[in-house]
Amino acid sequence: MLGKKINLQKLLAPVVLVILYVLFSIIGNGFFTTDTLKTILESSYYIGFMAFGVTFIIITGGIDLSLGTVMMCSALLGAYSFKVAGWPLALSLVLTVAVGVMFGLVNGVFVAKLKLPPFISTLGTMMMAQGVGSIITKVQSQTWPTSTDPLGGWFKKVFIRYNGMPVGAFWLAAFFIIAVLILHKSKFGRYVFAIGSNEEAARLSGINVEKWKIMVYALSGFFVGMAGIFYAAAYTTITPGTGNGQEMNGITGAVIGGVSMAGGSGSMVGTLIGVFIMSVLKNGLASCGLQAPWQTFFTGLVVVLAVLLDNYRTRAANRVRKS
Amino acid sequence: MGDVILKMTGIEKSFPGVHALSQAQLEVRAGEVMALVGENGAGKSTLMKVLTGIYPKDDGKIEFFGKEIELRSPKDAQDLGICIVHQELNLMQHLTVAENIFIGREPVIGPFVNQREQNRMTTELLESLNIDLNPKRVVKTLSVAKQQMVEIAKALSFNNTKLLIFDEPSAVLTDTEIDDLFRFINQLKADGLGIIYISHRMDELKRISDRITVMRDGQYVDTLVTANTDIDEVVRLMVGRVIYEEPRTHSMVAPDAPTVLEVEHLNSLDVKDVSFHLKKGEILGFAGLVGAGRTETMRLICGADPKDSGTIRVNGKEVRIKTPEDAVRNGIGYLSEDRKRYGLCIGRSITENTVLTDLGKVSKGLFVNDRKADRISQDYIDKIKTKTPSTRTLVRSLSGGNQQKIVISKWLFKNCDILIFDEPTRGIDVGAKSEIYHLMTELAKEGKSIIMISSELPELLRLSDRIMVMCEGKVTGELDIAEASQEGIMRFATDRNVGVSKNAG
Repeated sequence: MLGKKINLQKLLAPVVLVILYVLFSIIGNGFFTTDTLKTILESSYYIGFMAFGVTFIIITGGIDLSLGTVMMCSALLGAYSFKVAGWPLALSLVLTVAVGVMFGLVNGVFVAKLKLPPFISTLGTMMMAQGVGSIITKVQSQTWPTSTDPLGGWFKKVFIRYNGMPVGAFWLAAFFIIAVLILHKSKFGRYVFAIGSNEEAARLSGINVEKWKIMVYALSGFFVGMAGIFYAAAYTTITPGTGNGQEMNGITGAVIGGVSMAGGSGSMVGTLIGVFIMSVLKNGLASCGLQAPWQTFFTGLVVVLAVLLDNYRTRAANRVRKS
Repeated sequence: MGDVILKMTGIEKSFPGVHALSQAQLEVRAGEVMALVGENGAGKSTLMKVLTGIYPKDDGKIEFFGKEIELRSPKDAQDLGICIVHQELNLMQHLTVAENIFIGREPVIGPFVNQREQNRMTTELLESLNIDLNPKRVVKTLSVAKQQMVEIAKALSFNNTKLLIFDEPSAVLTDTEIDDLFRFINQLKADGLGIIYISHRMDELKRISDRITVMRDGQYVDTLVTANTDIDEVVRLMVGRVIYEEPRTHSMVAPDAPTVLEVEHLNSLDVKDVSFHLKKGEILGFAGLVGAGRTETMRLICGADPKDSGTIRVNGKEVRIKTPEDAVRNGIGYLSEDRKRYGLCIGRSITENTVLTDLGKVSKGLFVNDRKADRISQDYIDKIKTKTPSTRTLVRSLSGGNQQKIVISKWLFKNCDILIFDEPTRGIDVGAKSEIYHLMTELAKEGKSIIMISSELPELLRLSDRIMVMCEGKVTGELDIAEASQEGIMRFATDRNVGVSKNAG
């Protein structure tokens, strides 16, 4: 009986997603079309990658505020290396991801080795990443190749859309599976949960907590670098000094998906659904004629409701244990 | 003895899947200490939560001063004069004594707190209770015992308190602190308060209680008058079975057993020149008062804290231990007294906790083989008789004794040969205690070497082959079990002048 109940609770987030989708299909103007579905998918790519990354960090009990500006910095430097420095596009893509990993490592060292609170250290790197991007590009906007460019025209086709096919979705799906395997099936994932649940107990169990935490931030950095590629593929032009606030999209996705800010619990499926809920909400509200301010308002409302619901769920679960 | 002030009858409480209380009852008179005893999970805490309005009861009757009452919230209980001193202290560590006591009821001048008046009221309150404390002290600078006094003072500052509940107050206290607490409780008793006293320590019941109510499996068993009862009878009622009680008279270690651990001249802030050795299959007890440096010593050996100097040899070879990882690699496992804080990820499953120490053993390449991990964790559940519905149960929902068994499983799985138990039975009920004792003896027989820190002398005398005594960071004595006695141990434990370093025997 108990098991069934918990399964029902797990189904809640997907059910909300479906309800929202159906609701907007009924009341929205031209919402129920393949085009809208593609738009929903395409606006989820870069947020999805950020959310996958930050999910690992939040489960260890940390937070990453640098997601947004690091993503921009990596996209900016990738474009710079391609357009200004004349690197081959493939190499620029590698650089884009490498920048993410590098900032992740820096965060990891700050948090794990130097024992800075994650909030502070990632607040610092958030600003540093923004600065680095502007300094290197001399505050010039950078552009990635469009699909008609002779050089690197394959960029958008590979990452966003090819002959109307939303190929980005395959990337997202592939990396989602990788993230699921890492978080829920690998040793690394177990350590992530153990550290988030009780870091000191994990350390006394002989686990090298410092090492694993650095790896968690580096892995998250990798996903943020990937987010940089997909942001670039979606928006082409990257402006220095932006990215502030984007981190909240990633964090919000994870939180809506039920990842606990206290650490120790959460799931990758939840995060993915959280990202889609945000995206459906955004596009759905737009189809009802409600513009950006309303979208922001409702997304905020959903965050609060999601966490309220989660608290209620945890309390219900705790009540089961005998005292 | 005074009139009956509290009468609970036919109390029922169920949680999904658990019938926590079934026809539970309790009676308290004015001016008496009613001890409430029972194993963990017997329903004592649940009953107290019903009484303090934290849980609504499903059925039954609560009469307070002859009137039937309904408790909908903790506030209701407080308004009626029912107060509880929790085992885990609920004080705000960064605030002062006075601020803690009058939080939410501060005397004010306009919008501002009247600090002077608040401190004066606190001084008055503390004086009336004979507690020697400065109201301006920040709580976190006080000892645990003093903090508990603050809790009690807070409970009594609601002028109308008529019934005071102590939930295992002595678990964190030293012997002298317990004496103070008891003197204090007697004073409250004399003032005509009814007191409910929950404890796991049988020796205390005789000293403090007037009557004893025994619960088992959520049910009322019996109420006994303390003066006419012996403790064995109480224990028998609690567990409903015979307890494993076999005092040890001689060391069980083979005379030619090899030395597995040698510690020499270990130093840190709280540890002064500690040296000792441990033989294969031995249970080495560590006695001492709270603050004697026993836990601190063990934390150095298991790499939890950095040491200033000293050498550690495992199986004759010097080892470098800088982190717990190093210690574990050398086969040293530490089982902390505070299981929830240092031992377990209580929000995760039994299996996850069990295999955490050596995930590699249940993994293929990068990935964990969950089925294998479950199978192994089930093996340990069977082997050491952990009571749990399944391997996927969250550790949080287990009782203290069973949680301790999960910690033991962890280290057995890692195949650690040297196990350091820090207060292995703290917060564990009598029945489960004897199981843990049995298990430790078995482990030693199988060739594991055990260090056991304990503040309970009977426990030390029952299990140890040899006992080291510490005082103020130094080893002050070493006793073979054949010559050890409670008095002998206490003499060394209070021996503040001697810095004798032991001679290996």
